[in-house]
Amino acid sequence: MSEIKRGYVRPLDLKHGRVDLTHGAGGRAMVQLISELFARHLGNKYLGQGNDGAVLPAPVLDGKPARLVMSTDCHVVSPLFFPGGDIGCLSVHGTLNDVAVMGATPLYLAAGFILEEGFALADLARIVESMADAARATGVPVVTGDTKVVERGKGDGIFITTTAVGVLPDGLELGGARVRPGDVVLVSGSMGDHGVAIMSQRENLTFEARIESDTAALHGLIAKLLATGADIRCLRDPTRGGLASTLNEIAGQSGVGMMLHEKAIPIKPVVAAACEFLGLDPLYVANEGKLIVICAALDAPRLLAALHAHPLGVDAAVIGEVIADDHHFVQLTTAFGGRRIVDWLVGEQLPRIC
Amino acid sequence: MKYIDEFRDGAVAKTLADKIAKLVQPQRRYSLMEFCGGHTHAISRYGLTDLLPPHVRMVHGPGCPVCVLPIGRIDMAINLALDQGVILCTYGDTLRVPASECLSLMKAKARGGDIRMVYSTLDALQIARDNPQREVVFFAIGFETTTPPTALAILQAQQEQLANFSVLCCHVLTPPAITQILELPEVPQRGTLPIDGFIGPAHVSTVIGSRPYEFVAEKYRKPVVIAGFEPLDVMQAILMLINQVNQGRAEVENEFSRAVSRDGNRKAQDCVAEVFELRREFEWRGLSVVPYSALMIREKYATFDAERRFKLDYKSVPDNKACECAAILRGVKRPQDCKIFGTVCTPENPIGSCMVSSEGACSAHYSYGRYKDMD
Repeated sequence: MSEIKRGYVRPLDLKHGRVDLTHGAGGRAMVQLISELFARHLGNKYLGQGNDGAVLPAPVLDGKPARLVMSTDCHVVSPLFFPGGDIGCLSVHGTLNDVAVMGATPLYLAAGFILEEGFALADLARIVESMADAARATGVPVVTGDTKVVERGKGDGIFITTTAVGVLPDGLELGGARVRPGDVVLVSGSMGDHGVAIMSQRENLTFEARIESDTAALHGLIAKLLATGADIRCLRDPTRGGLASTLNEIAGQSGVGMMLHEKAIPIKPVVAAACEFLGLDPLYVANEGKLIVICAALDAPRLLAALHAHPLGVDAAVIGEVIADDHHFVQLTTAFGGRRIVDWLVGEQLPRIC
Repeated sequence: MKYIDEFRDGAVAKTLADKIAKLVQPQRRYSLMEFCGGHTHAISRYGLTDLLPPHVRMVHGPGCPVCVLPIGRIDMAINLALDQGVILCTYGDTLRVPASECLSLMKAKARGGDIRMVYSTLDALQIARDNPQREVVFFAIGFETTTPPTALAILQAQQEQLANFSVLCCHVLTPPAITQILELPEVPQRGTLPIDGFIGPAHVSTVIGSRPYEFVAEKYRKPVVIAGFEPLDVMQAILMLINQVNQGRAEVENEFSRAVSRDGNRKAQDCVAEVFELRREFEWRGLSVVPYSALMIREKYATFDAERRFKLDYKSVPDNKACECAAILRGVKRPQDCKIFGTVCTPENPIGSCMVSSEGACSAHYSYGRYKDMD
C-alpha cells in the first residue's frame, strides 16, 4: 500500500522541465507554476492577495488625489537572453520608462505571459528572476499577472506584456506637442547600443562585438531632471526606430522641424563599427535605457549638468535644436559638412547590398 | 573608426570643395554620373552636393542592383516561395521590391512563403544543410561584387553534394550597362549625351579591375574615375573628373587605388568563369533588354540552377506607366521630375524600383534630400 504524503506536490523540474499545455489550462499544474515560479520571485502583498485583481490604495500626491498615468507594452525579442539583459528585465524597464517619460512616478506593474508549449522551465525561471530583480531594484512591484500557454509553433518561446501605473503631479505637462522652435534637443547617452547588442546575438549574424544592451529604468534619472525645475517640454525614450523615428514623431506632433548635428550625437565606436558592417544607420537602431530631453534653450545647461551627474547620463549631450519648418523635417548637418534629412524609418532597416 | 573616419573628414572635404570651386570654369556645366548606388547613397547621406558649386550636377546611374531587377525576376522568386514551397534565401533590400499583383517578397512572406533574409551565401548553404528535406534556393542578385560569393556557394554545394541547394541567378554586369547608357536612344535625338564623365564603381572594380572601363574612355571619349564609396573618395573623384573635362582628356583614372588594380581579383574572376557564362540577353528595369549583360549558370552546374530545376520561365512585365524609373536610371530625368515622386510613390509604397533601396536615386533623394525641393 502506498503511503500518500499529505499535501505533497512534486516540485516543478526547473532544470529539465518544459512548459506544456497543462501549465495554462487552469488546473493544478498552472497553480503550481504560478506559486513556485511567479509568486515565489515576484511576490508582494498585492500579488499575495491571490484574487482576480489587485486592490490598491488610491494614490495621493501632496495630500490631493493624483492623476494617474498608465501605459502598456508588449515585449517580443529574439534572442531572449542578450548581453546586458533579457526579456525579463526589458519588460520591466520598457514599460516603466513609458510611464516615467510622462513625468510620472511609476507605482505598480502588471504582467501577462504567453508561453509556448515546450519552452524550458529553466529559461522561464531565469526570466522571472530577472523581472523580479528589476522590479525590486526599481521599487515597483508586480501586483497582478496572467499566464497562458499556446501550442508549440504558435508562439516564439515567450511573450511578455507589462502594464505600469504611475502618479503625475499637478501642473506637470510633458508631451510631444509642447515643443517649440528655439528649444534644444539633448540625449542622455550613446545611441544604438540595445539594437546592436541584440543583432550581435542573432544566430545568422554572429560577430564578436563586445556591446551590451543599455536596458535600464529611467525614472530615477527623470526625477533628478524634474527636480531642477527646468522648463522641460518633452521626454521620450527612443526605443524601436531609434532616435530618428522618435524625433520625427515629436516634430509631427508639435508641427516643427529639427536641426541635429551629426558630430554631437554620441555613438560608441563599437556600435558605429557594427552598423558600418551591417549596413545600418545607428540613428534608427533601438535604445532601451536612453532619454531624449527637449527643453527651453536657457535651461539646457543645467539639464545637461543634471544628466552628467547621474550614472545613466554621463555621456549626455546637446545634439541639436528645434526650428520652424512647415514640412516638419528632422535634418542633420553632417560631420562631412553637408545637410540631409533624417527621415522616418521605412519598414524594417534592411542591409544594403553594394 | 579607423580607416573609415579618415575618409569622412569634414576639414578635408572643405579643402577639396574649395579646390573644385576654383577649378570649375564658370561658363561650363559638368554633368557627372555616379554609376553605383553606393555612391548615390554616400552623396545623399553625407549631403555632398551641398559642398559642390552649382556648375556640377551629379546624375544618379543604374548601379543599384535592386533597382535594375525587373518585375518578372521578382515574380520568379515569389513563385518559388509561394507555389513551389522552397525556402527562398535573399539579401535584405530585395525584400521590398515591388512585383506583380501588388506583391513583393516581404508580402509573399506574410502570405506564408518561407523567405529568409541572409547576409551571405554561406548562410544560405547552412540553411540547406539544416533542412535536407526542403528545397533551398538562393536568390542571387547583384553586380560583379556579389557574383564571386554565389560562384563559391555553388562550388561548395557541389563539393558537399548538397542536393537540395540551388541558385536563381540574376547577376548582371556593369560594362554592358554603361554601354547601354552611352548608346541611349536619347543620344541621336539630342545629338549629345548629357553626361561629361563617370564615377566608376568601387566594389565592382575590386573584382573586375579598371581595365573593363577603358572602352568608355577610348571609344566614347568619356573620362572615368574609379572611386571608393566614402564621401571623400567621391569628392576626390569629382575633382579628378573636372580636371579631365577641363583638359579635354578622357582616361580611366583610379582614385580607389587602395583596393582596385587594373586587373582586379583574378582568383574571383576565375571562380566566376568556372561557374557562370554570359546570358544572351537580360531585361533590366529601366534599360530594357541588354544583350550579353548578365550571367547564367553553366551546363556543368545545371543541377544547382533553380531556373532549370524548377522549369521557370521568364515573363517580362511592363513597369507602371506613370513611373519614370527608366529615364531616371538612364540619367535622363531626376527623381523630382517624376510626377508620382513623393506623392503616390514613396519609400513606404514604392511604385518604381528606384524608390526601394536606399541606394536607389529616388529613395536616396526622398529620404535625404527632398527638403531642397521645398525650400
